[in-house]
Amino acid sequence: MRQPKIIVVGGGLAGLMATIRVAEAGIPVDLFSIVPVKRSHSVCAQGGINAAKNQKGEGDTVDKHFDDTIYGGDFLANQPLVKRMCEAAPGIIDLLDRMGVMFNRTPEGLLDYRRFGGTLYHRTAFAGATTGQQLLYALDEQVRRHESEGKVKKFEGATFLSAVIDEGGVCRGICAMDLRSMEVKTYAADAVIFATGGNGAIFGRSTNSVVCTGSAQAALFQQGVDYANGEFIQVHPTAIPGEDKLRLMSESARGEGGRVWVPRNPREKRAPRSIPDAERFYFLEEWYPKYGNLVPRDIATRAIHRIVYHEKLGIDGQPAVYLDVTHIPRETLDRKLEGILEIYEKFLGVDPRVEPMKVFPAMHYTMGGIWVNGEDQATMVPGIYAAGECEYQYHGANRLGANSLVSCIFGGGIAGPAAVKYVKNLEKGAESTASGVFDSEKQRQEEKNQKLISQGGSENPITIWRELGDVMTEHVTVTRINKNLEMADAKISGLRERYKKINLNDRTKWSNQTLNFARELENMIILARVVTLGALARNESRGAHYKPDFPERDDANWLKSTRAKWVNNDIRLTYEPVDISLIKPRPRRYDAAK
Amino acid sequence: MAETKQVIVRVKRQAGPKEAARWEEFSLKWRPSMNVIICLRDIAENPVTRDGKKTTPISYDSNCLEEICGSCAMLINGRACMACSALVDRLEQPIRIEPMSKFPLVRDLAVDRQFMFESLKRVKAWIPIDGTYNLGAGPRVSPEIQEKGYPLSNCITCGNCLEVCPQVNEHNQFVGAAIISQVRLFNMHPTGAMNKSERLSALMGPGGIQECANAQNCVHACPKGIPLTESIAEVNRDAWKQALLGWLVG
Repeated sequence: MRQPKIIVVGGGLAGLMATIRVAEAGIPVDLFSIVPVKRSHSVCAQGGINAAKNQKGEGDTVDKHFDDTIYGGDFLANQPLVKRMCEAAPGIIDLLDRMGVMFNRTPEGLLDYRRFGGTLYHRTAFAGATTGQQLLYALDEQVRRHESEGKVKKFEGATFLSAVIDEGGVCRGICAMDLRSMEVKTYAADAVIFATGGNGAIFGRSTNSVVCTGSAQAALFQQGVDYANGEFIQVHPTAIPGEDKLRLMSESARGEGGRVWVPRNPREKRAPRSIPDAERFYFLEEWYPKYGNLVPRDIATRAIHRIVYHEKLGIDGQPAVYLDVTHIPRETLDRKLEGILEIYEKFLGVDPRVEPMKVFPAMHYTMGGIWVNGEDQATMVPGIYAAGECEYQYHGANRLGANSLVSCIFGGGIAGPAAVKYVKNLEKGAESTASGVFDSEKQRQEEKNQKLISQGGSENPITIWRELGDVMTEHVTVTRINKNLEMADAKISGLRERYKKINLNDRTKWSNQTLNFARELENMIILARVVTLGALARNESRGAHYKPDFPERDDANWLKSTRAKWVNNDIRLTYEPVDISLIKPRPRRYDAAK
Repeated sequence: MAETKQVIVRVKRQAGPKEAARWEEFSLKWRPSMNVIICLRDIAENPVTRDGKKTTPISYDSNCLEEICGSCAMLINGRACMACSALVDRLEQPIRIEPMSKFPLVRDLAVDRQFMFESLKRVKAWIPIDGTYNLGAGPRVSPEIQEKGYPLSNCITCGNCLEVCPQVNEHNQFVGAAIISQVRLFNMHPTGAMNKSERLSALMGPGGIQECANAQNCVHACPKGIPLTESIAEVNRDAWKQALLGWLVG
């Protein structure tokens, strides 16, 4: 009997969960990751993971979690699968608990839950303020166990370049590059699951890790895998500005009682602690009395922009507001938030237990992504599956805090068995594919490398990337204006031209990180255009997508998902209806109870 | 106009594991809150040495840039630390940047820390669950155990504790403090404790816990403040207990 094989690309939460599920089904897995999987971006998730366990006796239910998620996403998510995710969430927490995650506990030894944005319930399980790290490690450990039993083979330090797709349009494996030897190789597989994360790097600086470039998604897009809702990008309200990275300051700081404010007087010169309460403007609490500091992220982000750019109330005239936890007992802070407070202390040299933090919004999460069906994480190309942040399915127009970890684990948990089922039913596996299919893909990728290494141009890849990030951050994040989006699109097209003249400054063929970065950059430019064109076309405001010229949600014309296609080497936008079969869309307002 | 403030950085370069090492010096424009990663990016954008020679961008490992992924460990002014949280204003100049010395070199500042991941396999650093299907909640865990275990589970496998350990050298395959501390973590978990003796046995062969010579450098080098010496002491006690019991019963 034929032994099928499955490849997983990406070793964050979604990829590892898919890997475990495939290994459990007895099918060998090749797991590809740019970094050792234990160093994946999932480690950066801080606050927690949602599940309606109702462990505080507040009457929370799966239906309420489902409704909060759909409502928080401004009705753009297809509903049935979101419902399944919310139903599965309590079981996912149990599983992680059995894997030994050091979740915070109640005195009775049960899991503790905290509040998060966009809900009125204590629904978020957490392990200090490094929940993503703790969950990733739990899955990493399980994968290591399967690896030691020979069920999983890891290819760490290898980057995905392209899918190998045969004449019949079926995926038969991947083409990848070893980041040390720079050798390009093809790997046959009967199905490939992509779990390659978000695309923060197209915005230059974000809360994302270095590897979150969206390069794999963009490569697939150019091979005919559709990309959906690209224009939906989450800007997190509270991050610490930095030149290399915008470091996240988790929503859990507000979940544990942290308050956002600015001095009422724009010329305020006193130290924050000596400003009396009456002279502080707790604008989220004033504007949104019901949810207060825990309004969803898009709402909080726009409120901060309004305070800084419209009301001119930023601290010292700078783009910054206070995130204040100084009123919370030190013991509570150390037990529940130590991880994030340490980040602030380490990178800024100020103790946030004593001094309010200065924060500002930052690009954080990619709601859009690879188009997958509403059933089993399958893309439109037979044999290609996608799960986690790289696909578009669970968060609609805005993701609720602490829903990302659950969607990654749930999606990976579906993609694994779906791929297993697919490969078991395949009539002809990858072994029957003509070797020419693999050879020509390998050749195509090698030629790209050769050209990049040998060309002597005048452009620096990092400079182009910086400019890309600047234009994307300025025009394609919080506030979108059509004329600016057109300008951004023209700028991106210009960068694409300049890209043709890049010079790597490094022609060596060993551990050439510039070559890899240049390859990613080409893909980032494509993806940046998908995001920009999607935003330009969508003349409404919905969730994280906000156009002051079209300030209302427009269900009559825009209750539909964007589905970008690659046609004749260019982007074409198409649209498809949203499955709203379970909850009827209603206006989304957080200034009153919903 | 006042002269702009410069940052002088000296980087140890090595094109590959078998190539000769050399030093290059760079002069960069100072900015507030600059860290070593920003220095390396500046060099990548303009790879020209202080004396005007063209060179290549520097190879180095990095990912999260907030000291939680463990990638960017290197020697900065002789100290094993993470490049992302190494702030220029707190470092004496010229800033000397070298790769870690206890791991095989890949290129420039990038090293191969696979040894640590292999060691995690050796000690079976996991909870052997029956499967991912629904089996209900895990065991209850007291807040006391959680508060002991959580700091241990913060280990980012950066390798700084191995780098500073005199017992980690070419004559010795000592697994190092991080791995021993992971054994303590899994052994304290109610389910993990069921395989306690297996993990302890794995730590008793060559390169195991007996190699520790109590230099205590590890605990000072750990960027996450993990009580590594406490872990070593506790696991050591358990290992002795187990060995002694085996000898008595044996």
